[in-house]
Amino acid sequence: MSMDPGLQAFEIESAELLEQMEQVLLILEDTPEDEERINELFRAVHTIKGSAGLFGFDDVVSFTHHTETLMEMVRGGEMTLNDALIGLLLQCRDQISTLVDQALNVGEPTTAQQLADSTRLQAELDVAMGQKTPPPVEESANSSSPNENTTSASGSEGNNENWHISLRFGIDVLRQGMDPMSFLRYLSTVGDIVQLVTVYDHLPAAADMDPEACYLGFEIGLRSSAEKDEIEAVFEFVLEDCTINILPPNSRIEEYIALINTLPEENLRVGEILRMSGALTGQELQEALTAQASADVTDNEESEEETSTPAAPPLGDIMVDQGAVPKPVVEAALAKQAKDQEKKSKESQMVRVSADKLEELINLVGELVISGANTRLLAEEDNNPAMMETTENMSRLVEDIRDTALGLRMVQIGTTFNRYRRTVRELSRDVDKEIKLRIHGGDTELDKTVVEKISDPLMHLVRNSIDHGVESPARRKEMGKRTKATVTLSAHHDSGMIVIEVSDDGQGLPRDKILAKAIEKDLVSPDQELTDQEVYMLIFEPGFSTAEKVTNISGRGVGMDVVRRNVEALRGFIEVDSTPGKGSTFRIRLPLTLAIIDGFQVRVGGSFYILPLDLIEECLELRQDLLDGQNGGSYINMRGDVLPFLRLDEVFHTDRTETGKPHRDNIVIVHFAGQKVGLVVDELLGEYQTVIKPMGQVFQHLSGISGATILGSGEVAMIIDIPALVQRINKTLHNRPEVQKIANA
Amino acid sequence: MAQAENSENMPESSAEAIRQFLTFQLAEDNYGIEILDIREIIEHGSITAVPMMPDFIAGVINLRGAVVPVINLALRFGLVETPPTKRTSIVIIEIADEDNVSEVGIIVDQVHEVLDIASEDIAAPPTFGAKIRADFISGMGKVDEVFLILLDVKHVLSIAELSAVKALQQETPATSEEASSGSATEDQI
Repeated sequence: MSMDPGLQAFEIESAELLEQMEQVLLILEDTPEDEERINELFRAVHTIKGSAGLFGFDDVVSFTHHTETLMEMVRGGEMTLNDALIGLLLQCRDQISTLVDQALNVGEPTTAQQLADSTRLQAELDVAMGQKTPPPVEESANSSSPNENTTSASGSEGNNENWHISLRFGIDVLRQGMDPMSFLRYLSTVGDIVQLVTVYDHLPAAADMDPEACYLGFEIGLRSSAEKDEIEAVFEFVLEDCTINILPPNSRIEEYIALINTLPEENLRVGEILRMSGALTGQELQEALTAQASADVTDNEESEEETSTPAAPPLGDIMVDQGAVPKPVVEAALAKQAKDQEKKSKESQMVRVSADKLEELINLVGELVISGANTRLLAEEDNNPAMMETTENMSRLVEDIRDTALGLRMVQIGTTFNRYRRTVRELSRDVDKEIKLRIHGGDTELDKTVVEKISDPLMHLVRNSIDHGVESPARRKEMGKRTKATVTLSAHHDSGMIVIEVSDDGQGLPRDKILAKAIEKDLVSPDQELTDQEVYMLIFEPGFSTAEKVTNISGRGVGMDVVRRNVEALRGFIEVDSTPGKGSTFRIRLPLTLAIIDGFQVRVGGSFYILPLDLIEECLELRQDLLDGQNGGSYINMRGDVLPFLRLDEVFHTDRTETGKPHRDNIVIVHFAGQKVGLVVDELLGEYQTVIKPMGQVFQHLSGISGATILGSGEVAMIIDIPALVQRINKTLHNRPEVQKIANA
Repeated sequence: MAQAENSENMPESSAEAIRQFLTFQLAEDNYGIEILDIREIIEHGSITAVPMMPDFIAGVINLRGAVVPVINLALRFGLVETPPTKRTSIVIIEIADEDNVSEVGIIVDQVHEVLDIASEDIAAPPTFGAKIRADFISGMGKVDEVFLILLDVKHVLSIAELSAVKALQQETPATSEEASSGSATEDQI
């Protein structure tokens, strides 16, 4: 179903605002006094109300209005946010979200249940506001009246208590998809429309009328406690095309005169309309029309007044046109305008691009990298120096393009982290625990496709920490811990990978229980000797769960192995640290991108392999003297340190004799998760821009190879999965106690 | 080289329909594969071996920028492999698996032609007596009084069987996801 672009924009906007609302509310939970945030919250609610009003979504508007009223009181310092209030506002947010969805699904009426919810929440809001009902309209109208304390230096003061709004819609308003009725409807949420005169003077004869054009204007008397800004905001979407003049209550006659002058209709006619709309009495009108000629005389006095009451809403354009406003005010206004403009242009510098287009771009860049490599290869074969120089330049450019293109898809992980605030808040309530979520390194960037795929596993880890990690407050007290537990989400970069940690200060993993369970489930044999690390890793085995009782949060035993599988599907790696009684940390290491990496090309037997460059420490020749005295063990003495190594030809069962090339053992030293290991290869071929290609399902269980790439020659090379190989070395080490001893020494 | 991409003009559904098969030779026998399953036929070129995979996985090739696995069909059938000649080809086959389509290449000794075989000329697969596993055969096509073995590519190229890794059982004994996917790859009848 195709949707009106306006509605689409509303849908996106409200979704963003609702999300923002939730974030802000959860942040406010810790810092309830943060004015900036409170304002942000208020603006979010207000904008949703405004946009909804524009589309005539009355249910949304009326409910949002209630929420807004409460927010206004908080903003005004009449109420302080507390836990209960934030909980209530969160519920309201959900309700707004439901109502917006409802409104967008045209044709589906609001259900009784939803109405009941709305009413219930509104009642709760009212209770929350308690005695502190908003001040009566009249009173505040006076207090917000700009001219209340002016001494009325010139002219007589109109005694009209209402705002006067003079509205002429642009002729194209209907064509732009705006309905004047919606604005009036929405205006009535700001205050009471006391009088309304429709100005149809511009309506041409029926024969000449363009049915798509809007010829209407309105003169409106509005009783409202709102500020001028708020009233103006009602017409925000048509401001550019319409002539709108808003006069505050008790405006002076001169202002009406100015208004009369600006309006396109003939002066007398305008006067008549104004009288009809109740803005002016007949007497005042007379006075105004006669005073009109002498308007210039009042200039000086008026200037004084304007400067003495800077808070008064200036009449803006009208005044400026007439030169009635003193210079400083004009300058201030201009400066403000320039600032708004700047803000607007800053906003327009952001471009929303569909993820598919970015994906396509990155794929194309990948192809460009490959054909660039091909070109360079040919230039080298031809031994053409000029050509080689050009290709060199080109490949530098391609590299820049690659980085820029990948950068486009980099997003901060903080947005994902923030999403868990609500989860933590609600889950901790469900399980009766006091938990605070701390976030570190939210500005760490990684590829959007990776973020999307890691968000579910992270959610699971967070739930797991809350459910299994953190103890009940009573238990914590017993143990001499603070009753409020902390769950920490953090992220940082580490050699081309992002490290995401979910940690808690809870009880830690129960080693014995895990081991017993693993033996019971036949995952390990009872006589196997396992390190703590290895025991902890057992929780990632399929079908493993130690929770004595299954809660609705976790404990169904389907979780942790799925987490690990998801992480590994992203060419990542997960590990656990745990200290009994102190807490545990789940650490996920992920590559920053799944598209293109800097690689290092090596040859093993007749095949080419790529190692991720970020993980390479150094390369050296594996000379015989390094191996002497090790009794054929697979480790060397590396400047005094024990360096275990793997022969890739053995790992990969490659026959290295049939290539016919002389072989010289080289050892590439890679590091991963704080550990160094050597990989023995036949030949080092240097850096290589590596476009990662998926290998397909046939190779889904292959460990040690994480993907493939296409070389400049068109041949396929495998990308080596270093985490998997490091794990394998650790297994080998563990099976050889004597090496273990040396490694630990 | 045979063109096998004219699959649009195939009448579907009708039981008496004429079906078209690409015939090829592999280790002295002729086989047929329905051309609807075939994407293209390419020359036998540089295949990169993938370590730690069963022997019948010949490796991967670069098919216009995509990495496509290639199966050594002779070894998959447990037959004797013929050394590649200039007639050796790779037939790229599309396999729809749940919700994604993957491409897999098979090495054949020689591609012959595209044959029209009427449905009534296709007999059920024999329960025994064939050189290859019975579930690899979808039927026996009668062409000029000679039977042609029509392959069931879904079984021949079953992702679950192809992806069973050979050498790594000792590495992670507990995560034997392969157990469920069956390791009947070496079975023969």
